Amino acid sequence: MSQETAPSPTADRASGHATGAMREAVVELVDVHKSFGQLEVLKGISMTSHVGDVTAIIGASGSGKSTLLRCINMLEIPSSGTVRVHGEEIGLRRNGHGESEIADRRQIQRIRTRLGMVFQSFNLWQHMTLRDNVIEVPIHVLGRKRDEAIRDADALLERVGLFEKRDTFPAYLSGGQQQRAAIARALAINPDVMLFDEPTSALDPELVGEVLTVIRDLASEGRTMILVTHEMSFAREVANRVIFLHQGLVEEEGEPNAIFNHPKSERLQRFIGSIR
Amino acid sequence: MGIDWSLLALSPPGWGGVLLRGLVTSLEIAGGGYALGLAIGVGGAFGKLYGGPVTRDLLECYTTAIRAIPELVLIVLIYYAGTDAVNRLAESLGHDAVNINGLVAGIFVIGIVQGAYSTEVLRGAIKAVPFGEIEAARAYGMPSGLLLRRITLPAMLPHAIPGLANLWLIATKDTALLAVVGFTELTMATRQAGGATKDYFLFFCAAGILYLMVTLVSNQIIRVVERRARRGMREV
Repeated sequence: MSQETAPSPTADRASGHATGAMREAVVELVDVHKSFGQLEVLKGISMTSHVGDVTAIIGASGSGKSTLLRCINMLEIPSSGTVRVHGEEIGLRRNGHGESEIADRRQIQRIRTRLGMVFQSFNLWQHMTLRDNVIEVPIHVLGRKRDEAIRDADALLERVGLFEKRDTFPAYLSGGQQQRAAIARALAINPDVMLFDEPTSALDPELVGEVLTVIRDLASEGRTMILVTHEMSFAREVANRVIFLHQGLVEEEGEPNAIFNHPKSERLQRFIGSIR
Repeated sequence: MGIDWSLLALSPPGWGGVLLRGLVTSLEIAGGGYALGLAIGVGGAFGKLYGGPVTRDLLECYTTAIRAIPELVLIVLIYYAGTDAVNRLAESLGHDAVNINGLVAGIFVIGIVQGAYSTEVLRGAIKAVPFGEIEAARAYGMPSGLLLRRITLPAMLPHAIPGLANLWLIATKDTALLAVVGFTELTMATRQAGGATKDYFLFFCAAGILYLMVTLVSNQIIRVVERRARRGMREV
């Protein structure tokens, strides 16, 4: 329970678990803006995710959910604002055209190895078997020993139910299997936070369940996760905090019960109504 | 009229040995030039895709010029201009004119020509790699050099192989153009043998068969490489 990291304005207010004590903030966004050309997608978002939090980001398509998630690991670089991971601010600067860019490549590469991203379209490396996908980053980026990495990879693949498929190439697997392998790949770096970008949106309906089961399992072991999702019943079940985005702003945030059963804002009421 | 097969004997007075030495030289130049061309191609493709405006313009000039000019002209031009430039440079540095190794010059010439075509083949192949795979590597903190080596190059290989295989076969035959600058590769050796014995037909048939053998063996190797590169891809 470190008290050293400066709490952001929203840090204590929105914490889902009413533990009373301050838990360490893992991811903090302060007044993050993001524009693509003339289009402002994020209009000043602040949020904090503490150790053990499962944060679900919900909202209509185009509300900026995925962009927000991608700003955390700088796959999208915020036009302005601050992102901190474990209290360390990711350095940004302006280039000659006034655009925001990464100030220190090595810093972001180091921070990214603490963030396990799972993509909507899996993005497994197609030229590698599942096991090779899982050991790639531990060996080549984190410098782990090959036999250790293989042992851990096999355990992770076992956990997501794909040990028998470890020597198979991704193209020969179903979407659900590929996404479970992608989760194993993310877990292999032993991340501080798992970032899920609509992990079930590209799946056939009958394959959604197997992926949600894996994510539910991770939530129950106390992993810190930030999850962009359209699966409302799932968000309600696993998340301890829900953030509702509307047109690039946090419209409402709170515990799942409050968000889903007692929505305050009219927009959230309409959104909840529309998906029922 | 019977064919005098003894003319193809490996040791003099047969010309077989000369032909085979020519073939080896041709393969050395083709292999060296192809490798140099690939190196230029990888750099050129990445420069064209991710470089600044100046880099891109320069590379565009290079690929356009090389691909516009007939290879025969290019080879004569680069061969003489290249050796001349090296000699001038040597002189200006106070050295005597150097005798340029024909093999090195040949590799250089073929490499420059191949580099322009490789740049385009590889550029297309890199663009065929799903961006998500590159993004995933970035998201896990891979530095760009590692990403290139571990992800982009192997992922683009299946898309590049048909084009690169063509380029290799072209490289083996482009070596014949070096005959015009007096370089003794297979075609030149064949001409010498024919000139000395007046049995042109025999020697050019023999050379043709040697070139054909090179292609057939190459095809087998390419097939193995392609099968390996495409392991992760489902056949449709």
